[in-house]
Amino acid sequence: MTNPFSERILLTLGIFFAVLGSLFPFLWFVLTSLKSQIQVEAIPPTWWPDGSVEFYCSALIDHDLFNYIWNSLIVASATTVIALVIATPAAYALARIRLQGKVWVFGGLLCVAMFPQIVIAGPVWQILERIGGLNTHWGLVLPYVTLTLPLAVWILATFFQELPLELEEAAQIDGCTAWQALYKVMLPLAAPGLFTAAILTFIYAWNEFFFALLILTDPVKQTLPVGIALFQGEFTMPWGEIAAASVIATLPLIVLVLLFQRGIISGLSAGAVKG
Amino acid sequence: MLRPTSDHTTGWFMVFPALTFVAIFSLYPALDSFLLSLHRIYLGLPNLGQPFIGLSNYAQLFQDPVAHQAFIVTLGFVILSTTLELLLGIGIALVIHEHFKGRGWVRAAVLIPWAIPTVVASQMWRFLLNDQYGLANLILFGDQVDAYVPWLADPWMAFGAIVLADVWKTSSFAGLLVLAGLQVIPDEVYDAARIDGATAWQRFWHITLPLLKPALLTALLFRTIDAFRVFDLVFVMTQGGPGDATQVIQFYGYKTLFTEGRIGYGTTISITVFVAILILSLFYVRTVGSKLLDKETA
Repeated sequence: MTNPFSERILLTLGIFFAVLGSLFPFLWFVLTSLKSQIQVEAIPPTWWPDGSVEFYCSALIDHDLFNYIWNSLIVASATTVIALVIATPAAYALARIRLQGKVWVFGGLLCVAMFPQIVIAGPVWQILERIGGLNTHWGLVLPYVTLTLPLAVWILATFFQELPLELEEAAQIDGCTAWQALYKVMLPLAAPGLFTAAILTFIYAWNEFFFALLILTDPVKQTLPVGIALFQGEFTMPWGEIAAASVIATLPLIVLVLLFQRGIISGLSAGAVKG
Repeated sequence: MLRPTSDHTTGWFMVFPALTFVAIFSLYPALDSFLLSLHRIYLGLPNLGQPFIGLSNYAQLFQDPVAHQAFIVTLGFVILSTTLELLLGIGIALVIHEHFKGRGWVRAAVLIPWAIPTVVASQMWRFLLNDQYGLANLILFGDQVDAYVPWLADPWMAFGAIVLADVWKTSSFAGLLVLAGLQVIPDEVYDAARIDGATAWQRFWHITLPLLKPALLTALLFRTIDAFRVFDLVFVMTQGGPGDATQVIQFYGYKTLFTEGRIGYGTTISITVFVAILILSLFYVRTVGSKLLDKETA
């Protein structure tokens, strides 16, 4: 059935404004990052950059951005791997094994997802201080894993539940233990779910600011968000360098979104449909 | 057939690592926060000890004008931003739910604000609203440099700026949750309405919106909980200023805890935030949720 002309116009306008509104503000930041110092400080501002890369050089070399990128990469990757290794069996058990008290486990996870960060921040800081985890990457990974577990478990459990029960039965008849059924039968089939959970966990850890700010006070250890938030120039705000650093920090995320848009959308809405 | 109860032990074994993490780094800290909030603790004055003072901190909180202001700012932020995000989210969802060429690209474009680190989005909006180099002034006033407005220096404008940045960043997330609701509405319902001659607006108002209620509730819940915890935006864009105009409760709690070292009072603030979130969530689920149930049984 074809839509009337007026509805098509409405849709076109909707698409136009959605895309423009989403991209334009950031595009201005991208343009800024490609300007020269004189252009950035021009009043009124100039629209088009002369394509200078001086801010990228300055951000990467003078402000040591490579180190921040490296720190973020380590923390986000470690969080993703550990969170998935822990969340996968938990999600499988919650989806496929009769467990008494399952509701409590789910309730507990949901509660964790609801805590304001600041409720746990103080005591987490004290725990880390006691075990020497302040100013270390693993010290940051521990709370990150905890905070990403609820979403990862939720997505994976949703995925496991959608796999046909016959597979499980066949595995049982063949004498597979629960572990074998998980690793040999379910896991390969749940690969898309694992992937989605991994991407969302990675993005969370890559973007997180609050705990990173508290736990990493040594600039050598800090992650990208902390670096970008605390960016300081000698005399004025180094807007060009901030823009360049922001573009660099965002680039991997844009690539992830372009490649895995489908998985991200289904992962984020998994909780919404079921809950 | 689920796995039999003989796998019970294995099952708990599988859940155990996840529960351990949650217990150590989430449940214990939350409980500890509550206990700390019953004591008077100044990190800078260890000689005073850590006397137990019952609910005195909470009594103090109820009379603290700065805390009142922070609660009001937070509440205003939550109400304004979630309302706008839900409205825009519905619009976004309606658009990306349609079938058209290049839909994948449009969906990806809409997702980008969500994927951008909040710190980056905050710096970006801070620069867009800059009094001298900002795009907002350029678009509004062009060459008339004298008319340029220092947006973030005005209390109301600064508050508006934080709402704007949050709405830009998270409307697409609200949109995705609404999209999930749209996807479960069968096409036949719309076809039938079209045959009956319903206009697009009628179809939206009488079919889409009522069927969308559960998804809207979910989006509302997620967004409210998250908006209550707003921190990054404020830290980067305004540091709570000018004055206390944008000092949200989590920022006030952060300052009390980590810059002033008033552990007892700081945890009191954070526990109160948590309780407020909890009450609000229950309220949503009870009122909106039960209304939904009534409709279904009626």
